[in-house]
Amino acid sequence: MPGGPAQDPGLMAPKAAGANPQPSGPAGTDTLAATPSLSTLSPANDGILSPWGRFVRKSPLAALVLQRLALSIALLFAVSLMIFGGVEALPGDFATTYLGQSATPQAVENIRKDLGLDQPATTRYFQWLGGALQGDFGTSWASRNSVSEQIGKRLGNSLFLAFFAAIISIPLAIGLGMLAVHYRDRLADKVINVFSLAAISLPEFFVGYLLILFFAVQMGIATFPATVYDSMSLTERLSAIALPTATLVLVVLAHMMRMTRAAILNVMSSAYVETAELKGLSGLRIIARHAAPNAVAPVINVIALNLAYLVVGVVVVEVVFVYPGMGQYMVDAVTVRDMPVVQACGLIFAAFYIFLNMTADILAIIANPRLRHPR
Amino acid sequence: MRLRAIPLSAWIGIAGIALALFCAIFAPFIAPHGESEIVGEIWSPMGGEFLLGTDNLGRDLLSRLIFGARTTIFVALAATILSFSLGMLLSFIAAVTGGLIDQLFSRFNDLMMAIPTLIFALVVLAVLPQHLWILILVMAVLDSTRVYRIGRAVALDVAVMEFVEAARLRGEGTGWIIFREILPNTLSPLLAEFGLRFAFSILFLSTLSFLGLGIQPPAADWGGMVKDNKDGIIFGISAALVPGAAIALLTICINLVVDWLMKRTSSLKGGRGDA
Repeated sequence: MPGGPAQDPGLMAPKAAGANPQPSGPAGTDTLAATPSLSTLSPANDGILSPWGRFVRKSPLAALVLQRLALSIALLFAVSLMIFGGVEALPGDFATTYLGQSATPQAVENIRKDLGLDQPATTRYFQWLGGALQGDFGTSWASRNSVSEQIGKRLGNSLFLAFFAAIISIPLAIGLGMLAVHYRDRLADKVINVFSLAAISLPEFFVGYLLILFFAVQMGIATFPATVYDSMSLTERLSAIALPTATLVLVVLAHMMRMTRAAILNVMSSAYVETAELKGLSGLRIIARHAAPNAVAPVINVIALNLAYLVVGVVVVEVVFVYPGMGQYMVDAVTVRDMPVVQACGLIFAAFYIFLNMTADILAIIANPRLRHPR
Repeated sequence: MRLRAIPLSAWIGIAGIALALFCAIFAPFIAPHGESEIVGEIWSPMGGEFLLGTDNLGRDLLSRLIFGARTTIFVALAATILSFSLGMLLSFIAAVTGGLIDQLFSRFNDLMMAIPTLIFALVVLAVLPQHLWILILVMAVLDSTRVYRIGRAVALDVAVMEFVEAARLRGEGTGWIIFREILPNTLSPLLAEFGLRFAFSILFLSTLSFLGLGIQPPAADWGGMVKDNKDGIIFGISAALVPGAAIALLTICINLVVDWLMKRTSSLKGGRGDA
């Protein structure tokens, strides 16, 4: 699925915060904005210290985390400005789009007033942002319903789907990744490698329809379309989302597994593991005592990044399975150019994405002991 | 480089890409029927007169697949080339000049990458009119953020080398340094990246078309063909899976070649080939 941790075969382990972005070559592309945290921190050691400088001295870790948090919030505001401003700056008058080409000027004027388009853009931006912060995204142009109400229902559905995909794919990915490392360069690893390479090349809708054809149409053991409604019991819901979940798992699994493998391999080929091997320690002890503590951080990072990917991957899968979630809502709104809905969905998706990327970075900061004792 | 050093998987990939390119270039000559010519029943099964059956309007699926290769590959390739030119140019300028321009470009790039690509594309395409060149441009600009990030990292490595320093001291301009010093020395890692971005572009374009926001009918393109035929799935008609499989196979082929290129460049640098 586009937008995710790129279709990179051999993704490198996302490095912890700081350090230059991977020094060379094609590498993990989604370690989002992890860079600016370290560089701004160190030069606090000359002369008089500001309160912030003293705080940095006393608890460098908290300072780093706070910085990263502030960066995310700033980023979110910038994104909101971009989503709103970008839509403003782009050509095309919505009133005309809304009414069609043959509309009379008077009708266009009325509809502009009706939709609030006659006010200046800055006023509308602050109104929109203020509303969005309080959870009010205005009314849809197409259906005249409250956007927030619709989103409230659908967001839950989407998260439900993403949640189940996550709790299935994470243990599976870590297990397979460890298996691949353990049998490195042998048959099992090669088989896993080929399959994951194939899996990241498949478009989600292809996987989805393949599953529908096999399980819903030919074998008749799953339901399609995956409609859910309020009065459904949990088990009914679960059986309805079985196929969409499976699709998401398949799509995200390959990425996550390749990244996990790279992350663990990175640790396993380091000098201290070699030393442990040469000391004659058993394989299990090496993994448990030497490799695992160092591999936890990159693996957690991989998971958070892929969850961010999952949130977006939901869009296509929802359309395939006609699942009433955010993704479908947004795609429908885009086709009829229902801007309030598009903006609201865009902002929410971006917020989830930024939040999960931030979590990935913060976990990496916390898990990196070097940052706790700056020189 | 000896031909024998190329592994079997890469050969398979190259063969697949060559086949797709052949179909794309010679589409009108090898397709048995026209692109949007209605030739038979709706959704007639595979085999017989129509090798892959017909689609939801009774058009020959094989012919549309061949014509679709042309649209899909052309648009994806155009977007990739554009995104590469843009991303590399900006990233090299950032790496060579440094300072404020570097900061400005990089922070803006971070901002662009903070929004998921598909979501960004959906927001932008909701506003812009539907034209082919707009689609290519949107895809290219969104993709160039990733090229920028990698291009900058690679160029920074090269920009501190002695020969660049020497060129600076000689008094060469920024343009010379970018095109004559840095570009030739970064091409090989960026080649693998180009393949990756191309594969990604094909998937992205197909996804957009599948969602009804990419290439508009009646032009055939693989993602759109899946969309056209998706209603048949419930009746057990696999017409939607054929173009889907074509997308998957082409992407797998590209990834096979990229995998090999990547291993090759990393072993050239003396890195651990498998990490």
